[in-house]
Amino acid sequence: MSSPIQLQPDETFVLNVGPQHPATHGVLRVKMEMNGEYIVDAETVIGYIHRMHEKMGENKTYPQYLMNLSRMDYLGALGYSHGHVLVVEKAAGIEVPERAEYIRAIMVELNRVASHLFWFGAFVMDLGGFSPLMYALQDREYILDMLEAVTGSRLTYCYFRFGGLYNDIDDDFIDAARRFIPRMRKSLIKYDKLVTGNIIFRKRLEGNALLSKETCRKYGASSAVARGSGINFDVRKNEPYSVYPDFDFDVPVYHEGDSLARYMVRMEEMEQSLRIIEQGLDKLPDGPIMPKKKPKLIKPPAGDYYQAVETARGSFGVRLVSDGTKTPYRLKLRSPTYSNMHLFDESCRGMMIMDALAFMGSLDLVIPEIDR
Amino acid sequence: MSLTLLNVIFAVVVAIAFAAANAAYLVWAERRGAARIQRRPGPNINGPFGLLQPPLDGIKLMAKQLIIPGGADKVLFIAAPVLAMYPAIMSFVTIPFSDTIVAHNINVGILMIFAFASTGSMSLIFAGWSSRNKYSMMSAVRAVSQSVAYEIPMLITTITVVMIAGSMDLMEIVHQQSRSILHWNIFPLLGNSHNILMPASFLIFFICTLAETNRAPFDLGEAESELVAGFHTEYGSMGFGLFFMGEYANIVIGACMTTILFLGGWSCPFGLFPGVWWFLLKLYLLIATFIWIRWTFPRTTIYGLLNLSWKILIPLSLVNLLLTAGLIKVF
Repeated sequence: MSSPIQLQPDETFVLNVGPQHPATHGVLRVKMEMNGEYIVDAETVIGYIHRMHEKMGENKTYPQYLMNLSRMDYLGALGYSHGHVLVVEKAAGIEVPERAEYIRAIMVELNRVASHLFWFGAFVMDLGGFSPLMYALQDREYILDMLEAVTGSRLTYCYFRFGGLYNDIDDDFIDAARRFIPRMRKSLIKYDKLVTGNIIFRKRLEGNALLSKETCRKYGASSAVARGSGINFDVRKNEPYSVYPDFDFDVPVYHEGDSLARYMVRMEEMEQSLRIIEQGLDKLPDGPIMPKKKPKLIKPPAGDYYQAVETARGSFGVRLVSDGTKTPYRLKLRSPTYSNMHLFDESCRGMMIMDALAFMGSLDLVIPEIDR
Repeated sequence: MSLTLLNVIFAVVVAIAFAAANAAYLVWAERRGAARIQRRPGPNINGPFGLLQPPLDGIKLMAKQLIIPGGADKVLFIAAPVLAMYPAIMSFVTIPFSDTIVAHNINVGILMIFAFASTGSMSLIFAGWSSRNKYSMMSAVRAVSQSVAYEIPMLITTITVVMIAGSMDLMEIVHQQSRSILHWNIFPLLGNSHNILMPASFLIFFICTLAETNRAPFDLGEAESELVAGFHTEYGSMGFGLFFMGEYANIVIGACMTTILFLGGWSCPFGLFPGVWWFLLKLYLLIATFIWIRWTFPRTTIYGLLNLSWKILIPLSLVNLLLTAGLIKVF
């Protein structure tokens, strides 16, 4: 019954990584053509969790579609909702009270820290270290509890409304957020000692998967993938939106282009997010969270609108084509992970499988967000 | 039936019981230890401190169906888990726990233990080959190169100790270290060697033990995030159970050997009450270190692992061997 596998020395075989594989963190499938442990060619196969979010955008009215956005990326959901409400507000000409925008920014940054924390844990787990994931999840749990108290949900928030917010933040939230910032800074030092300084960790990541600026530009990469390769681009700085111009924060950029650079960028982004949260809490103005004048039925005038935001995974764009009816004519979602992931096919050639999977971890893939 | 034969049978039964009990409860210790490190409770429901978890897990594993994948080599597939468990049990027969507690002391004990330990990697190769799974196969190939690379420095280090002791008898090696803590082979001062590189030797042996037992950070054979579960991907039921127990039994053997060769076996650091308790204390401290390392470090790469062995550990252990040989000649 059994026939031995006979391979010629130069013969390759196809290794099917996924759609169920511990390293793909979801239902991503990678067809790898292997020569022993070396990857000759790789092809990422997506679409296992395609849910037609863009088509739904054409069929649902604007408010009905609000909750779809947070289903795209389950780790950094608020950033995606932010992009959507901003583009609709721009199209329909809805004024947003300042307090609401500040709260939005605080929430999005908290969500970004939570998302990066999860990525940090999962990335180290990809490399074989388990404990950092548990530490990261404990800090993330604190953020989720805070967000739950205000938004009502822990993962797929439907918190932003056209023109404002569903719920105002209270003193408990502000206290918790203020307590969180020093706690998180302490944790970051701990992660630095435990993981960043570890010799095995550094040896695995230094020089792993070098991405040039050109490759990043070619594929339209953003977030830490581009910033780790020396491209100083952050939508919050380059195409300011919301209240981000009011905040003083830096965009960490590394020029090495290896996995360690991508890791360092994300770790430093957490600190920058904490700075934004701190400033947001200090500057938080009083006032309403919803505008006084708001159209009952949202019917943006016919036209083409675009808004990009910086989510935890990179630059996320929403293009809205309205024909003046109560549903959009077209709603195109430009998801950052989609661009980031396609780097993988080209860049992993010639790598060993364990390096390639470390590289994949450093891209911070969230599969539902690729497939939409 | 002669009394000797009865003795041997009794010893083998005790060895199997000791190996199985250790394997089962080290899994518990590992899970509790990992939980402590990760700030979570771990198994604590079944019995006090979750102490009933291992037997219940065992019952569950035994009750499950053993699925043999289509196209697998049946004989090797079933033989592999058994091969994983038996070297450890056989090795227990010759390990002296104290002056009196030893199943059957033979004067080439080291040789026998290493002979059996070498067959251990065969089970990984059989498992990887017979499963007919690409991940298992890759894991088996890794296991071969890993065990070749790490048996060499381990044996060279052991030869160093054998040269110092002038004997391959484990009892004899312990007796020579038993005067005080400073006579342990790990310490060069008053010891029998005068070789200042002995602590390095101990470290080499310790690292090799980690690698030989497929423990993190050298667990490339079963790297979950790359090779799913490596060579035991296709195993369920007691097939998996035996691999698991074999792994822990091998850890105990590795820690026993480290204790005997470098830490003075059952002798007390201060010359008081030598006995089996000292042996067990050293043994479980070493195992706790194994667990601690596993839950702290990420995994190395396959080439990092081979580089470490061929470029650092083997040359260093050879230097140590030569130095020791020279010093023995001089003193």
